[in-house]
Amino acid sequence: MVPISYFLILSAVLFGLGVVAFAFKRNIITIFMAIELMLNAVNLAFVAFSREFNQLDGLIFVFFVIVVAAAEAAVGLAIVMVIARNRKSLNVEDVNLLKF
Amino acid sequence: MFILDHLWIILALPLAGSMLTLLAGRHWPKKYVNFSSVGFVVLAFLSYCELAREFFTLSPSQIPWLGNYFTWMVAGNFHVNFALQVDQLTIVMLGVVTLVGMLIHIYSVGYMAHEEGYYRFFAEMNLFMFFMLTLVMASNLVLLFVGWEGVGLCSYLLISFFFQKKSAADAGKKAFITTRIGDFGFTLGILMAFWTFGSVNYKTMFAAAANMPVEGMHHWGVLTAICLLLLAGAVGKSAQLPLYVWLPDAMEGPTPVSALIHAATMVTAGVYMVARMNVLFSHAPAASFAVAIIGAVTALYAASIALVQNDIKKVLAYSTISQLGYMFLACGVGAYAAGIFHLMTHAFFKALLFLAAGSVIHAMGGEQDMRGMGGLRKKIPWTYGTMLVATLAISGAPLFAGFFSKDEILFDAYAGPNANIFLYGLGIFAALLTAFYMFRLIFMTFYGPPRYDEHHVHVHESPKVMLAPLAILAVLSVIGGWFALPPYWGGKDYFQGFLDPVFASSTALAARMHPAWSEPPHSLELTMTAIAVLIAFIGFLTAWYFYIHKPALPKKVAGAFGPIYRLLLGKYFVDELYGAVIIGPIVWLSRNILWKVIDVGLIDGTVNGLAFLSRETGSGLRHMQGGNTRSYAAWVVVGAVAVTLFFVWMVR
Repeated sequence: MVPISYFLILSAVLFGLGVVAFAFKRNIITIFMAIELMLNAVNLAFVAFSREFNQLDGLIFVFFVIVVAAAEAAVGLAIVMVIARNRKSLNVEDVNLLKF
Repeated sequence: MFILDHLWIILALPLAGSMLTLLAGRHWPKKYVNFSSVGFVVLAFLSYCELAREFFTLSPSQIPWLGNYFTWMVAGNFHVNFALQVDQLTIVMLGVVTLVGMLIHIYSVGYMAHEEGYYRFFAEMNLFMFFMLTLVMASNLVLLFVGWEGVGLCSYLLISFFFQKKSAADAGKKAFITTRIGDFGFTLGILMAFWTFGSVNYKTMFAAAANMPVEGMHHWGVLTAICLLLLAGAVGKSAQLPLYVWLPDAMEGPTPVSALIHAATMVTAGVYMVARMNVLFSHAPAASFAVAIIGAVTALYAASIALVQNDIKKVLAYSTISQLGYMFLACGVGAYAAGIFHLMTHAFFKALLFLAAGSVIHAMGGEQDMRGMGGLRKKIPWTYGTMLVATLAISGAPLFAGFFSKDEILFDAYAGPNANIFLYGLGIFAALLTAFYMFRLIFMTFYGPPRYDEHHVHVHESPKVMLAPLAILAVLSVIGGWFALPPYWGGKDYFQGFLDPVFASSTALAARMHPAWSEPPHSLELTMTAIAVLIAFIGFLTAWYFYIHKPALPKKVAGAFGPIYRLLLGKYFVDELYGAVIIGPIVWLSRNILWKVIDVGLIDGTVNGLAFLSRETGSGLRHMQGGNTRSYAAWVVVGAVAVTLFFVWMVR
């Protein structure tokens, strides 16, 4: 058996990478990829716990997270497409029209 | 018993007149304003006549007659009702107020005929009548105070009637503020009375006070304190030392105002209050003595100033202050009935003097300085005749009204239970000066060569609407004293007998406190009367000598006694003294500390500071919503970290 701590550390590292990318990357698509990375890191953690305690609850929650991630990606990419068409750039710093 | 059951009618009539005239009178022709204002006052007088008739049918046990109309304030034990009462003192005061008020309203129809704001004048005069009647008919101290303040308000409005004139506006403010100082003491007195007696109702207070021990001259108790505080209010309202300074300035108002408010009614409110509170004052000899000494000193002081004044109205103003001093002297020595008697006769002849002076001023086209008059006797005979009657009355000429009242006061000061030779001396000296300055006024105005330009000033007699009240008041100035013929003449003092139930307990108390005193013999009364008449005659003779026999003499005497003359002419420079000692520092305090430091610095600073804080906070917070998406992302991360840490801590 692989000790659960290995999975959790991996999950944490992936999540941390996702956060860093989310905060510091300039390309909108890259930021979306970072969001997906975070979500999947969380999925990994849920699955690890489910295996550890032999309960189905974690796996059910994983279903929900996957569904939400898919929906969010769909809507988000649609918005990004419109922004990219209007601002002619995928730089997140150019999305700044709602300022003071 | 129509009026007795509906006492409020007497109050409501002038109030209705005032409101009607005020709200609708602006565009009415003068005739309508007359009906809506003077008419209501005439109705009030007729209601009074009916009230008096009903009153005389009452039996002694029904007096004082009370009418409780509604509960005004209830706060714990503090009950104040709108409750009116009628007893003998009320009947006398109501008679004076309504009769003299009515005559003056009628006179004003003529006097104010050419003035702007005719309707405003009458609205304010009617409002004054309402408040004065409330004051007189109140049966508790708080309602009296309502009337007290109300007449002060109307006095302010009427003095500043010609409000565009700065001196008139200033005089109104001075009157209100000076009487306010007295009213502060009055309020404290009311509070203290409530604290002592548990009620401000006359009936309760007097019943409780009658059972309290009499306080000593040097051991002051609560009653003395209450009386001194109430006296403070009276000193302000009735223009005694040291709060008299507003009355001469109040002559800026139209002459009917001076006649009604500053001669016959408002200024007598203080005397009325002291007489009403006679039970309290007689239990507090120190306060009574204070009343007497203030009165006597003021009487002499004001008479001395009146000797040299040149404005006809100012002479009468100082004369009023002096005569009020006599009334206070009377109440202070326990001769309350004599004081009220003098109040009544004074109302008649002083109102007459003021109205006649108004007639003179009207005839002279506005001239008020006596040095610019002279020889008016033949030109305005009716005015001259009535004014002469009033002067004889005030000087104490035998058989005229003032003779009986002033005489009684001086006699009680000399030989009554609380006699004091010093007070008597002040009083008799003031009587001498009174006769002198009043006849000086007559001689300067009506005798001698005309000192005005006869081509420019067309001296004409006043219209009948102004002369009729003068005539009526002149008759009253003669017969008004006949209510109280001294016993040694074989007459009966009806007045004192009438008022006896109101003052009985005080009179009995005075007799108990001075067991050695006995009723003085008639021969003493005769002697005192003779002395008083002699003194008045000397005053008259001196005035005749100075102003008719040797007209150059006044200037020479004034030159010879230069400093004294200037002191008297400058009214002892009291206004300047107050200005320097009291008003100056207060203005400095207001300007430099209250305004610059507290108002601008503290209050404005706080408000501005709050606005500044708001602005800066907003300015700082707006960076959170900068439109910069990456900063939003950063905030999301920060928030997530915070929540995680929070949960970690919770698990611990």
